Amino acid sequence: MTDATASAQPVRVFSLARIEGALPWIALGLVGLLLPLLDDSYIGVIAQRAYIYWILSAGLNLVVGYAGQIAIGWVSMLTLGAYATASLTAGNATPPWHPYLALVAGGALGAVFGVVVGLPALRLRTFYFAMTTLGFATIVTQVALAWKSVTGGGVGTPGPVFPWPFEPGWGFYYFCFFLAALATWMTANIASSRFGRALVAIRDAEVAAEASGIAKPRLLVAVFLFAGALGGVAGGLFSSLQSYITPDAFTFEMSVLFFIAILIGGRGSILGPALGTIILTALPEFAAPLVQWSTFLYAALLLVIVLVIPGGIADLLDYRNRRPLEQHREIVARPELLSRVLDKRSERNAIALTGVSLHFGGVRAIDGLDLEIRSGEVHGLIGPNGSGKTTTLNVISGYYRPNAGQLRLNGTDLPFDRPQARAGYRIARTFQTPRLVGGASVLENVMIGGMVDGSGSFAESMLSLPRHHRDEKRLKEAALLALATVGLEQLAPVRADRLQHSELRFMEIARALMLRPAFLLLDEPAAGLSAEEIRRLGALIKAISREGTGVLLVEHHADLIFDICDRVTVLNLGKTLAAGTPDEIRSHREVVSAYLGA
Amino acid sequence: MLESIVSYGLAVGAVYALIGITYNVMFSASRVFSFTAGMLGMLGGVLGALFITKFGLPVIVGLVLVLACGALLGIVTEILTVRPVLKSIEQHLYVLSTLAFALMVQQLTAIEWGTEAQPFPRLIPIGPGWLDQQFWLPMLACAVTIVGLELLYRKTLIGRAFLAIAEDSYAARALGLPETRLRMASFALAGMIGTLAGFTGAEMLLAFFGNQSILNFYGFVPVALGGMGSNRGAVIGGLALGLFQQAANFLVGGIFAAVAVFVVFIIVLLLRPEGLAGAATARRV
Repeated sequence: MTDATASAQPVRVFSLARIEGALPWIALGLVGLLLPLLDDSYIGVIAQRAYIYWILSAGLNLVVGYAGQIAIGWVSMLTLGAYATASLTAGNATPPWHPYLALVAGGALGAVFGVVVGLPALRLRTFYFAMTTLGFATIVTQVALAWKSVTGGGVGTPGPVFPWPFEPGWGFYYFCFFLAALATWMTANIASSRFGRALVAIRDAEVAAEASGIAKPRLLVAVFLFAGALGGVAGGLFSSLQSYITPDAFTFEMSVLFFIAILIGGRGSILGPALGTIILTALPEFAAPLVQWSTFLYAALLLVIVLVIPGGIADLLDYRNRRPLEQHREIVARPELLSRVLDKRSERNAIALTGVSLHFGGVRAIDGLDLEIRSGEVHGLIGPNGSGKTTTLNVISGYYRPNAGQLRLNGTDLPFDRPQARAGYRIARTFQTPRLVGGASVLENVMIGGMVDGSGSFAESMLSLPRHHRDEKRLKEAALLALATVGLEQLAPVRADRLQHSELRFMEIARALMLRPAFLLLDEPAAGLSAEEIRRLGALIKAISREGTGVLLVEHHADLIFDICDRVTVLNLGKTLAAGTPDEIRSHREVVSAYLGA
Repeated sequence: MLESIVSYGLAVGAVYALIGITYNVMFSASRVFSFTAGMLGMLGGVLGALFITKFGLPVIVGLVLVLACGALLGIVTEILTVRPVLKSIEQHLYVLSTLAFALMVQQLTAIEWGTEAQPFPRLIPIGPGWLDQQFWLPMLACAVTIVGLELLYRKTLIGRAFLAIAEDSYAARALGLPETRLRMASFALAGMIGTLAGFTGAEMLLAFFGNQSILNFYGFVPVALGGMGSNRGAVIGGLALGLFQQAANFLVGGIFAAVAVFVVFIIVLLLRPEGLAGAATARRV
């Protein structure tokens, strides 16, 4: 079969990448396991510190590196976990707890406050979240100083001593090592799951993520819980390693260290930040005269990274994506595969807009518009610039709430202000300027479109349970098929930001097809395409509609519109100027004079 | 007790308000929230103590030098951390670049000045009580700054240019306004306001490198409460924060004061993201 051969090649490339990716981890793991053979307790302590820092940074990496949320004060989770574990074990406020139980409590406390601190990130701009984490870190230290009965104030409190099997010394070393390995494994599972891709989509293409049905608040809450818990556990271990903790031990500068480790390593990588953490933990030990200057140097390093290599080391080492791509690529769509991509829809559905009006201040962007998009038809929406075409599309996909009028799907109202809910109704869309995750592969970009079809939960992905694997396998197959349909299967493993503009347009269509849409809204898909590409695009759109999908096509290319549309609506100044079959529109006198020209 | 809550609260609140205005002045010119606001506040105290106590310079000379350093640091901030980031695609990296710069300055202060809080000289020997400079000086500085900014924005050409940039930087550039130079001037102005806040509040807060992160946060709270870019909001928010904090300090103790401020901050952010007096946000699609 044709598509089987087409998908064979990218799959081989991926498994190769997986082996390439596993080798450094195996090496790191062996070094960690065998380190006690050196029997050097000084190196042991440094390694334990590196593991503990990494347990925190592994979770923080999902927040910062993947979701792009600038959590600069995450050291507060370390502080919370450390004080909770230490004071519960010591019995400062309660009867003494068992140390292991206290460690779990520290993790739980971190998880709770991870979410509390993260709340502003769910709806506010980057800086507010950065400031909240900073403020929280400041306050936690103040409370630690002031709440003397529990924390010992400035004098401090002793850290817990874990009993057998992880008693101080190499027992505790292996405890830290295994927890660090566990944290790595769990974050890697999340990162490579649909949740990891969704996080990156939120970071780089938030609007497209919403259109794909990714609910940002829910996902971020899960990630904050996870990252907070890891921070808390790291804190508990830290208090044991320090054997005595005071508020001075948790300086804001530590946060900077975690942060730089992640940024140096590169956003969207796990190995990079892990290496960064190890290096930054070990470095001051070998440069003793500079210890006083270490924070200054870290800060300087942060500035240099941000200004010079925002992509981090991972970007510099990404050789695979420097290999030249084939020149003169041609996009040959294969509409015959559509029957396998889309559900055959026999039922007749319709999205109906009645009397929809939307004002931006005094500007009437849409003014009493009626429109019906039916299953199995291509509905063209044309009109001069500023006539309200894209605004109409944004109303349908839920980004704007109209001031008046109704939007109904088969007679029931569609909710507004919740664009992420549209995917559940099988309404997919593309964007006037392609919205993509530049650093992810084309395949991963397309897989984002299938987010709502996963059945496994966040926790199942984290623990790599069977449903996670089934989801991944199915999403990957579906994405390869969608890519083969639009003619991009050869480019599946390539970074999306290396594609040509026309290829991005087809990639967006493939992403939209992942929803198996009942309705597909296309915003100027032909803009920037060559005449031949437009012809192929037209055939593809037509074929999509013949599978039973209703298509709304916003376009300026009149030829394409008249070629493939079943019905056409012409807008002018937010109002319907004309509506009817392509033939009626072509001969409509006002349309010709206002828009088409003689 | 009431007297000390009010006097101390208003004085601290005035410092917070001034730091809030520092954020605003930089934000208006660049759409950037800069972490250097707290740094400027911290330096106002440290540099003031350095010039006046250590070097024995006259008070007025010390103040002028402090403000000059603030202006210079503002310009450096703009050139080094804001301008390159505004040019790049990922503009929100300003959070990190300004933070990194502020931390470098803070660490330099810690190393050269020391990590102990040191006293700030008494500039005007009258008091005690209400007449003590540590209470009225920050409020005076706040009033002078507000009046000065109003005059600048309303009466002068350069002030109107600031407003034009803040309102719509594209249109302002199209009119031929030198956006980059105006941005630099704004950062210099913010530098002076921030160091003035630190200078006048330093007898209370001491000359201490650790004030940076405290001022960064407590100076931002009035901005979040009052709406970004609104100086009036920052003053009201700052004074309210100062009073609230002091009242809580006296009535229920320091732990709860800190926690209460944080809780109020988060709740306001969640319920009114645009601030208690702010306007709605822009379009995204």
